Amino acid sequence: MIEARNIVKSFEDKEVLKDVSATFRTGYTNLIIGQSGSGKTVFLKTLVGLHEADSGSVVYDDRNFTGMSKLERIEIRKEIGMLFQGSALFDSMTVEENVRFPLDMFSDQSLEEKRERANFCLKRVNLDNVNHLFPSEISGGMQKRVAIARAIALNPRYLFCDEPNSGLDPKTAIVIDELIQEITKEYNMTTIINTHDMNSVLGIGEHIVFIYEGKKYWEGSSAEVLKSDNQVLNDFIFASKFLKGVV
Amino acid sequence: MNFLFHLGRYALFVRDSFRRPIKHRVFVGQVLKEMDILGLSSVGIVAIISFFMGAVITLQLAYNLELPFIPSYTLGVGARDTMLLEFSSTMVSLILAGKVGSHIASQIGTMRVTEQIDVLDVMGINSVGFLVLPKIVGLMLMMPFLVIVSMGVGIFGGWLAGVMSGVVSSVDFIEGLQYAFVPFYIVYALIKSLVFAFLISSIAGYWGYYTKGGSLEVGQSSTKAVVVSSIQILLFNLILTQLMLA
Repeated sequence: MIEARNIVKSFEDKEVLKDVSATFRTGYTNLIIGQSGSGKTVFLKTLVGLHEADSGSVVYDDRNFTGMSKLERIEIRKEIGMLFQGSALFDSMTVEENVRFPLDMFSDQSLEEKRERANFCLKRVNLDNVNHLFPSEISGGMQKRVAIARAIALNPRYLFCDEPNSGLDPKTAIVIDELIQEITKEYNMTTIINTHDMNSVLGIGEHIVFIYEGKKYWEGSSAEVLKSDNQVLNDFIFASKFLKGVV
Repeated sequence: MNFLFHLGRYALFVRDSFRRPIKHRVFVGQVLKEMDILGLSSVGIVAIISFFMGAVITLQLAYNLELPFIPSYTLGVGARDTMLLEFSSTMVSLILAGKVGSHIASQIGTMRVTEQIDVLDVMGINSVGFLVLPKIVGLMLMMPFLVIVSMGVGIFGGWLAGVMSGVVSSVDFIEGLQYAFVPFYIVYALIKSLVFAFLISSIAGYWGYYTKGGSLEVGQSSTKAVVVSSIQILLFNLILTQLMLA
């Protein structure tokens, strides 16, 4: 479980996060949703320690991450996998080297064991025969899957995904969403996904936190999100005419 | 204020880059790779430029020293000292500030804007140390080698140009090379090259690491890296010359 407690974050004079608190449960796909520029990426990066909160704290299973030194955080960081919006694969490394990278850095396994683990992770995300290709030689959807394979290489307890299906066609986006949900259940991880994609919200949103102009406006499940009487949330959810028609 | 901001941040950046690597085996592999990318791949350009500069130095000296009472072996002395004292360390470093500096800044800058550095940070890897220290060590190990190559090829170029154009005989040129030779000049050049290698790799790494924006800003970081490291090379050339030769 990850708890964000009263997070405030500003950049120069602009307050981007205004006293945001939320709890993200283990074994669930937790979604942070909101418009572009609402502060959800800053929130995610603050949770993972890429941004330091001005005040408030982030707690990983009763371990106060915010209060830890850089060295103390390393132990928790080993338990974190993260999938970035643009995949962020190391472009000078092959697919297999990318997936093996966390193992090279943090495990004492032999090369053979590490390759075996990398292959297992690649198979888990349904990728075959791409080991020796470079990221630039594979499609965007495959790059996302490689990034997921890299994120799970060290069996993380926490998985963070920043807009995992941006730039993907709807079908591939659903495949990626479902893959993340499957992996969350399989490894009993605390997964936090940043998205503004309504397919993801309705498809895999077990627990949803809605951020608007740096504040948490609503929290609930995908079943509740369509029935809410929160006007700001409804403006976001029903922005699509298609969805208005369906509901 | 801007200068002080960058100076302070650069000092912290250098401190962070010297933190202990997580895995020494990985670090050694990275250093070897950087020695190849930054050093060995520069041998060709260093040799070509040094050859022609050595040749031009000899011909210009011959043109300027065309007096009957100046012995022709002076051309050998002049070519040798110019290459040893200044060209092979300072000029080669300035050339490498362009070639290697822009490479480092654009590589690290691209990693920054494509979130590859964030990946390292999330994993708990000291991204500054992981990316920059192997480049600093790799270039510092290769730079003395490049300077020695430059000295040898430059003097050879001077000899060839002098002999082929008939301004000096081979015997006189070689006599000049041996005349009043001060071995410390080589030490001086090598020490300078080590300092310059550190400046090029760390300054380029700094500008690349703090790139913000997209591909346009990566280009701007590369330009800044080359300009700033070139100025620092000239400044430290003056300081080191005053300290070691004055």
